[in-house]
Amino acid sequence: MNAITEYFGNITQSLKTISIGMGVTFKHLFTPAVTIQYPTVKMKLPERSRNRLYVNMDDCIGCDQCSKACPVNCIEIEIIKSTPEDDLGITSSGQKKKLHVPVFNIDIAKCCYCGLCVYPCPTECIYMTNVYEFSEFDRNNLIYNFAKMTPAEIETAQIKVKKMDEETAAKKVAAALVAAQAKAALDATTQTSTPQQPTEPQ
Amino acid sequence: MIDWILTQFPDSILGYIIICAVPLLFILPYALVTIYLEMKMSAHMQDRVAYMRTGWHGTLQPFADILKLLQKEDIIPTAADKFLFILAPYIVFIGTYATFAVLPFTSSYIGSDLDLGLFYLVAVSSLVVVGILMSGWASNNKWSLFGALRSAAQIVSYEIPTALVLLSIVMIAGTMNMQQLSQLQSGGISDWYIFGGPFPIVKKLLLLPLMFILFLVQLTASMAEVNRTPFDIPEAESELVQGYNTEYSGMKFAIFYLAEYANLFAVSAITVVAFFGGWGSPFGSFMSGGVWDLFWFVLKGMFFVSINIWLRWTLPRLRVDQLMYVSWKVLTPFALVCMILIGYILVAF
Amino acid sequence: METITKTSHGRTLRTEEMVINMGPQHPSTHGVLRLELVVDGEIVIDVIPHIGYLHRCFEKHSEQMTNYQQVIPYVDRMDYVASMNSELSFAIAAEKLLKIQIPERVDYIRVIMCELQRIASHLIAIGTYGIDIGAFTPFLFCFRDRERILDLFEMTCGARLLYNYIWIGGLSHDLPQQFIPTLKEFIVDFRKNIKELNDLLSFNHIFIKRTANIGVLPADVAINYGCSGPMLRGSGVKWDLRKDEPYSVYNKFDFEVCVGKGEVGTLGDCWDRYIVRVDEMEQSLRIIEQAIQTLPEGNVQSAVPKRIRPNPGEAYARAESPRGELGFYIMSDGTGTPYRIKARSPAFVNLSIISEISRGCMIADLCAITGSVDIVLGEVDR
Ligand code: SF4
Ligand code: SF4
Repeated sequence: MNAITEYFGNITQSLKTISIGMGVTFKHLFTPAVTIQYPTVKMKLPERSRNRLYVNMDDCIGCDQCSKACPVNCIEIEIIKSTPEDDLGITSSGQKKKLHVPVFNIDIAKCCYCGLCVYPCPTECIYMTNVYEFSEFDRNNLIYNFAKMTPAEIETAQIKVKKMDEETAAKKVAAALVAAQAKAALDATTQTSTPQQPTEPQ
Repeated sequence: MIDWILTQFPDSILGYIIICAVPLLFILPYALVTIYLEMKMSAHMQDRVAYMRTGWHGTLQPFADILKLLQKEDIIPTAADKFLFILAPYIVFIGTYATFAVLPFTSSYIGSDLDLGLFYLVAVSSLVVVGILMSGWASNNKWSLFGALRSAAQIVSYEIPTALVLLSIVMIAGTMNMQQLSQLQSGGISDWYIFGGPFPIVKKLLLLPLMFILFLVQLTASMAEVNRTPFDIPEAESELVQGYNTEYSGMKFAIFYLAEYANLFAVSAITVVAFFGGWGSPFGSFMSGGVWDLFWFVLKGMFFVSINIWLRWTLPRLRVDQLMYVSWKVLTPFALVCMILIGYILVAF
Repeated sequence: METITKTSHGRTLRTEEMVINMGPQHPSTHGVLRLELVVDGEIVIDVIPHIGYLHRCFEKHSEQMTNYQQVIPYVDRMDYVASMNSELSFAIAAEKLLKIQIPERVDYIRVIMCELQRIASHLIAIGTYGIDIGAFTPFLFCFRDRERILDLFEMTCGARLLYNYIWIGGLSHDLPQQFIPTLKEFIVDFRKNIKELNDLLSFNHIFIKRTANIGVLPADVAINYGCSGPMLRGSGVKWDLRKDEPYSVYNKFDFEVCVGKGEVGTLGDCWDRYIVRVDEMEQSLRIIEQAIQTLPEGNVQSAVPKRIRPNPGEAYARAESPRGELGFYIMSDGTGTPYRIKARSPAFVNLSIISEISRGCMIADLCAITGSVDIVLGEVDR
């Protein structure tokens, strides 16, 4: 008896649940779609969305904080010290730029869009934009070079630094010759040529 | 119509070849429409919109798909049994295509007005199994083999309930001729066998519940015969990757698909002829004859095709043993009991 | 490997077992898992899981980072469908090591986020489970709802999948203004959608027939194998770290621990594991509702340390991820770089049960079992 009830129970249950399911799908046949026609219609991105990075080189002071923060080491920064007579201008927040940045490469192919490089930047010049369509056929095209210096400029900067370094070295020799008392003064001169420590991020 | 074509080409095989090609005129546009219908229906059921770009609401997409499949590289795996591998899709298609010979599209057109129409149908549709087994074996892929074996078991066992259902219809109608079967039901909606057939009211009422059960059996069995969800065990993409046609690509794959869709219409058409009056108009002689016949036949056929699609995108899939359970322990006994009762009713009333 | 079967005529029929690879590219292994099956026809005689296709040296990577903050993006990538929960476990472990107190608002927001993430993760588990069983439509319904959760996440932290949102000592952003209203709308809609999902899939007779009494995992076996999460609860063991060892502020909320009851089959079968996930989504909604009602004010970054340099020592913290008990063990040598990080990943442990519970089932059942374990290969292989 039990087996018979189970047998017919199975059949009625199947028919019932199948019709319930069909009801659900039938209802959805007439509900509006939730998808959008992507390349023609685009979703509005929230303002915090994290996509391709951008660096505003006018504001970058070459402090290397972003590169240090990156967990995948995809930011490559090279700097050249500036000589005292060079005026590199100031950033929009009023900070004095003291370093040339001849190389500022971000390998977007490696970047994991974690945003960790954005927070420590003292001048807020590296930030996420909402550009997300930048596929390339060649991986090398994804290495973005943000630095603006021309090779000629880099060369002059390098020559200047070399000259300055030679002068400092010469001074050093001279100073060493003077006496042990001059040591303190010497320290002061070398210190001016090291980059200024960036302020802590908020 | 057939005679007319034959008279155009006297004493020549050409006439027969042309007759053979006539169903293609239907199948090809039908397949395109059904691909489109299936994609759109499934998409809307899932709150999507499916293709929208090629033509108005993506209407040209099926053509694009076919073009793509035509251009695709036709890969034959090195370890495959090349001869069988190439042959298989055609056999599957032939098995399906042959059924179209006896489908009465209108009152004046039927490929071959066989007196054994229904019998022929049941017989010839089994040919598909051979093709599927061949494809699974020849692919030299274990998953394909699984699919092929499952498919063989499935189609063979679901032929039993189908045959029993059709047998009941034959008992009622007294003919196996598809054209006559439709003719018998041409008196409008109340003459359809699903509503008891063209009989006096008492007999009709007695037959009605039995016919309804038979119809459900036929619907289920036909779904299983075309390997569609919930009975798509041979291709069960989450278990067997793609089943027997995993290794196929390009045109051969397209032929498998064409066969599947053609088969879908064929089984729907059988249901229509057996239960829903074939080409007969639901309003008796109103809106019937000529092109109307074709219209009603295709409309009814497409209705069942849509039901198949609808079910496919609603239900999960059965397991192999459950599939056998449904066939042998549910459908077959029900069909058998109905058949016996129908026999009794026919004799007693 | 060869067995001799006697046929009914008394003659012997030689059959052979077949070894077949399911995966690493197989639709129902949910990633790059390779299951080596020994099958006798459709019957699975043995299953041997092979893992490691997605191994990315998470632990070694973390030990190379220059500070703890940099580990979090890597933690995100362990269980990529439930990153928030992974972040939370790691953050709690690091905070334990640093011995810092975090503001209450941070805790509340973390709970909201983690519960949303749990829903999102369960939606994937349920949807893909539907596909494993052959129902495609519920999958897209689930993804439709998951998208809305991801929209909320994107609104808050800018990313949809790998958030880097929960920081050690705080959060990267406070909630945006529209967050709470959008979330409330979502909760209302989602309750209806759960019902619809139940109609369409959970109580569908074919679905029940496919999952009930399949892959039965008895409670004692589950405990012996170290299973956790819905795997364990599906077997009827009431064990949920949120309740039994409350971390963050979970002790302030009222919710139930859902366990399998063997409603339609045996206790601990695939359907029980499935329905536990469905019920848990409902409970998560309850937690979220309570949390947004009592959300305190505060600054979410006030406790973020400027410099993370814990004293030498070690800490272990565990939390209930959607897959189970996710723990992080951190060892510090006093520098800014973690000396050793070890993750106890629930998916890895849960996966080990597969060969135990799927011997003797059919190939189709194996898909059902693998799906019900709900593995994320990113976490299994790390
Ligand atoms: S977003 Fe992350 S991965 Fe990308 S450059 Fe910044 S720190 Fe590196
Ligand atoms: S942190 Fe900002 S200022 Fe410093 S190097 Fe990077 S981009 Fe330039």
